[in-house]
Amino acid sequence: MLEQQLLNALTLGSVYALFALGFTLVFGVLAVINLSHGAVFMVGSYAALAMVSHLNAPLWVAMIGAMVVSGTIGLLVDVLVLKPLRARNAPHLIPMIATIGVGIMLTSAAQGIFGAEVLRFPEEIMPMGDFMVGEVHVRALEIAIVAIAFVLMAVLFTLLKRTQLGRALRAIAESPKAAYLLGINVEGLFHITSFAAAALGGIAGVLIGLNFNAITPFMGQPMLHKGIAVIILGGMGDIRGALIGGLFLGFAEVISKAYLSSQMGDAVAFGLLFLILLVRPSGLFGRKLERKA
Amino acid sequence: MSVLLRVHDLAVAYGHIEAVKGLDFHLNEGEITALVGANGAGKSTTLLALSGLIKASRGKIEFQGEDITRLPAHQIVEQGLVQVAEGRAILTTLTVEENLLLGAYTRQDKEGIPASMEEVYQLFPRLKERSQQFAGNLSGGEQQMLAIGRALMAKPKLLLLDEPSMGLAPIVVQEIFRILVEINRRGLTILLVEQNVRQALKIARHGYVIETGKIVLADSGANLLANPKVEEAYLGG
Repeated sequence: MLEQQLLNALTLGSVYALFALGFTLVFGVLAVINLSHGAVFMVGSYAALAMVSHLNAPLWVAMIGAMVVSGTIGLLVDVLVLKPLRARNAPHLIPMIATIGVGIMLTSAAQGIFGAEVLRFPEEIMPMGDFMVGEVHVRALEIAIVAIAFVLMAVLFTLLKRTQLGRALRAIAESPKAAYLLGINVEGLFHITSFAAAALGGIAGVLIGLNFNAITPFMGQPMLHKGIAVIILGGMGDIRGALIGGLFLGFAEVISKAYLSSQMGDAVAFGLLFLILLVRPSGLFGRKLERKA
Repeated sequence: MSVLLRVHDLAVAYGHIEAVKGLDFHLNEGEITALVGANGAGKSTTLLALSGLIKASRGKIEFQGEDITRLPAHQIVEQGLVQVAEGRAILTTLTVEENLLLGAYTRQDKEGIPASMEEVYQLFPRLKERSQQFAGNLSGGEQQMLAIGRALMAKPKLLLLDEPSMGLAPIVVQEIFRILVEINRRGLTILLVEQNVRQALKIARHGYVIETGKIVLADSGANLLANPKVEEAYLGG
C-alpha cells in the first residue's frame, strides 16, 4: 500500500541524495565528473562490513570507519590522479576518463579481496525495534538511514551556507581565479572536498548495503548511473538540486516499481528524468552560469 | 621613503610568447603608482605574476624585502599583497556581505573583522544597503566598489588594481578614483594599472608606461601627464 511504499521511497531517496551530494560537490568545486564515485560507494560498504565482521566493531564505529576509508580513497584519487592532471592543464575529458580507470581498479580490487559473491551484514548488528504505524511496518533501520542521511546533509548545507570554509568552496565553484586572489588555498580545499565527497559516498554505500543487506563489488555501477541522473536533474554542481533530485529518483523508482511494473521501475524512473530534462535542460536548479577562468 | 615592492627583470611567457619581457620597477610605501599602457601591453600579466597566478619565467619580485617570486598565490595574499582583478572580480552567487567576509579569509585577527566591515560600509554606504543581496545584482560601479571593499577586508599592505575604471560611466570612475585617493591618504600603498591614462596619472605620484612587455617611460605622474610622448600616444594628442 501507498504509505509503506512512501517510506521505502524516502529511505532510498535520501540515500540517493546523499550519494549525489558528494558527486555534485566535486563537480561544483573541482569541475570534474568523478566517475569513481560509484566504486567509492561500494568500498564504503565493504569497509563497514569488514569492520563489523572481522573487528567486531559496533555498527556506528564501522560507519565512521567506512567514511574515513572511502574519504581517504577520495583524497588519494585527488592527490595521485586529479592533481597531476590539473598541473598539466588536461582537458576536461581526461580526468573523467582517469576516474573511470580508478573505478575499475577499485571494483577489481574488491572482487579480488572479497570475492564476487553477495556478502551480507550479520543479522545481530542490525538496529532493533521495528514498529507499526497504523498499517505501515517501520523498520528501525529505515529510520536510522533517513536520520543519518538527513543529519549529514544538514551538516553539509550549514557548512556551505554559514562558514568561511563553505563560502570559500562556493567562491572556488564560481571562479577559481577569484578564490586564489582572496588568499584561498584552492589546492588544499580541493583535497578537503575530495575527502568529504568520498566520505559521503562511502556512508551512502553502507546505508544501501544495510537497507538491502547485499554487498557486491558491482553495486557501485547502477548507483553511479543514478547519481549522474540525479545531479543532471538537479542542476550540475547544485547541492539543493542533488537533494531534491535524489528524493525524486527514489520516489519515482519505488512508486513505478510498486504500481506500474516491478521489472521496469528503473526504465520508468529514468524516462521521467528524461522528460523533465526536455522541459528544463539545465536541470531543476541549474543556472546558465558560465564558469569564469 | 622605503621601497615596499621591488621588481627586477620580471619576464612572463605564455608558451613561447613572452608577454612581459624583463620589467624593472619599484613601489614606494604609502604612494600611488600607476602602470599605464595600451591594451595588450602586458599590464594584467604583470599583475597576475605579482599575485602568483602566473609564474615568472625570469626575474625576481621582492615584497617587504622578501623574495615572493615562487610563493603560491594564497601565501602572497597572506603577506599582504592583495589584488582587485580586472572586470567583474566579485562572486556573483554570494551576497555582498559574504563577499566581504571572504575578503578577510587570510586574516588572523578574527575579532577585528566587524570593525573592518564597518569601515568598508562607511567608505561605500551603498554596499551596506545591499549587504544581503546577491553581488550579481549590483550595478557595475557597485560591483567595483565591492571588489575594492573586499580587498580592503584583507587589511592589505599593498593593493593592486587592474583597470578599476573598465566599463564604468565617467561619473562612477570619478567616484572610484576619489575613494582610491582617500584610502591611499589613510596609508595604503596602491599600484594602479589603467588604460585610462589621464585619470591614473592624475592621482599617481609615480608612473610607468609599458609597451609590448617593456617599460618605456618612468617618471612622476605629473611629468608623465605633461610629457608630449605620453600625450601623443595615450591622451589623444
